[in-house]
Amino acid sequence: MTDLAENQISTDSPLGEVAGDQSSMPSGSVALSARPEIIGGPPPGAATLEARDACAWFGDRLVLEGVDLVMPKGKVTALIGPSGCGKSTFLRLLNRMHELIPGAALDGEILLDGNDIYAVGTRAQQVRMRIGMVFQKPNPFPAMSIRENVLAGLKLARLKCDDKDTLVEQSLLRAGLWKEVRDRLDSPGGALSGGQQQRLCIARSLAVYPNVLLMDEPCSALDPTSTRRVEETIDELRGEVTVVIVTHNMQQAHRVSDLCAFFLAEENQPGFVVEQGDTLEMFSSPRDPRTLDYVEGRFG
Amino acid sequence: MLLSQTDGVRNAVAGIALEDNPVAQPPPVVERTRRVIAEVPSTADRNFNRLTMGAGISVLLLLLLVGGFLLIQSSDALSETGIWTFLTRTEWRTDVQPARIGVLGLLAGTVLVAVVAVGIAVPLSVLCALAITEYSTAKRRKWLVGVVDLLAAVPSLLFGLWGFLFLSDKIVPISLWLSQNFGWIPLFETQENAGLTGSIFIAGIVVALMVLPIITSVVREVFSQTPPGEKEAALALGGTRWGMIRNVVLPFGQGGIIGGSMLGLGRALGETIAVALLLPQVPQKLGESIHILENGGATVSGFIANRAGADAFTTSGLLAAGLVLFIITLATNMIASVVVSRSRSGAGVDI
Repeated sequence: MTDLAENQISTDSPLGEVAGDQSSMPSGSVALSARPEIIGGPPPGAATLEARDACAWFGDRLVLEGVDLVMPKGKVTALIGPSGCGKSTFLRLLNRMHELIPGAALDGEILLDGNDIYAVGTRAQQVRMRIGMVFQKPNPFPAMSIRENVLAGLKLARLKCDDKDTLVEQSLLRAGLWKEVRDRLDSPGGALSGGQQQRLCIARSLAVYPNVLLMDEPCSALDPTSTRRVEETIDELRGEVTVVIVTHNMQQAHRVSDLCAFFLAEENQPGFVVEQGDTLEMFSSPRDPRTLDYVEGRFG
Repeated sequence: MLLSQTDGVRNAVAGIALEDNPVAQPPPVVERTRRVIAEVPSTADRNFNRLTMGAGISVLLLLLLVGGFLLIQSSDALSETGIWTFLTRTEWRTDVQPARIGVLGLLAGTVLVAVVAVGIAVPLSVLCALAITEYSTAKRRKWLVGVVDLLAAVPSLLFGLWGFLFLSDKIVPISLWLSQNFGWIPLFETQENAGLTGSIFIAGIVVALMVLPIITSVVREVFSQTPPGEKEAALALGGTRWGMIRNVVLPFGQGGIIGGSMLGLGRALGETIAVALLLPQVPQKLGESIHILENGGATVSGFIANRAGADAFTTSGLLAAGLVLFIITLATNMIASVVVSRSRSGAGVDI
């Protein structure tokens, strides 16, 4: 807890130099109030993501069936379940990364604030700009500097920003990395440690101010300290961005999420959602015995 | 616990140490013998080892033999002309006494043809490699790779004949257009009434087609090793496929593109039949400016092919020119492989 407080204080001061009189405000709101304008970027604020009867195929193999799930705006939703139950596939359905795999198909609807992201005429690039993604393995662009990495989203989506310095600083602040890299923004992103690389990837995703952030086991390749930093970051993003996180770590799901969905797949059967709801309820008094077994670590 | 893990000699020593002092102490210095535990190869392994090593060494030996042969055979011409004079003289006249021969005029043509070829082939190869690795389904990828490999299988003589009999005339309008619009660049200048066939430009185009497959295959190999995580990251940030290629694939493949180009350059420098057919094989003269669009030019290999079988002195001179080419292509290839292996993308690629 003291660490968290320290982090907030430390993140306050560098911004004070830029924002001046706003330095007395809490870190989260400072970051928001001084947000530089991104021309052509996503609309401001978080958005609700909703899956309706979502199904996914790889070729002829149905891997996910009939998922109905609401991921409310500004909340953290955790997707839990054993390996191979379709969590990651579901996550990749949510920002149209699924379609990059040859032979991929889907049924059902994915609604972003009520609009189907797979509607005819909606381009995948637009969807992905609004729904960012952080991957299991940290994947910064190694040839680019830290600064260029943060700004890569702008470059790739051809967005314009008049105050890139502030954007870089804010994105790194929000990802909890600013303090460690503020003096070496021009050194290559690949030279950072694994935990720092992952936070750089989070900063990179946050730099376009997405409405939703998807995280596919973001901490599974990280040490406990880095994991805690990432979890703190997720906690600070609450309210600003809708977060959907896939995790194998029950404690993590318990710690960071507001809502939880438990996926399961029987042998050679498509995955489905066994149970979903409030995280605390799911962990304390699950309705389904399979959920109880899983969250108590009896299988999976 | 400790005692049970140690061998006989140490056992006794450590035992005493433990008894005397229960607090952990650095182990006493013991004289140790090293047992070599290398695998003893079987007879079959040993024989096969000899066979494979022999094959490996024979390749090196071959290289040395060729180099040595060239060196010995060319020594007549080189000693008579002088190495420096031979390297810097552009003339090649064996009809006067003493003969005035030099390789510079040939080298100029060789390098120009190769540069034109690589300049045309590299962009084409990179696009071709991208089409194969990034824009194709698995089925089309296989098909395209097959077609490019097929191009590599066409004998260079056929390329030369095709260029000479068919392509040459078709290129003339392009040469004309280039000379009319870019004639202010000295290289693209043409003289009044100069013929536009049999030019370095046309030879370069034909050689470009010949080196296209090798460059494409190196570049394709490198592109296909782009880390999928970085490609996904670029797409997940809202990038288009082209944006992903520009920001991830091309920077990653940079070393491979450079190395592949140099490898292609090495091939282009040595290309013989096509240039022997296409160029008049008149060495570039000193002081005369080079015009790549008009009839003229010679390359080392083409010149050698045209003049082979002449008197002993000329042959020796030709072999000296060959030696120079040998050294240059060897150096080009070595630099190419160093560039590729040093780059991030090329670590796993052999060229």
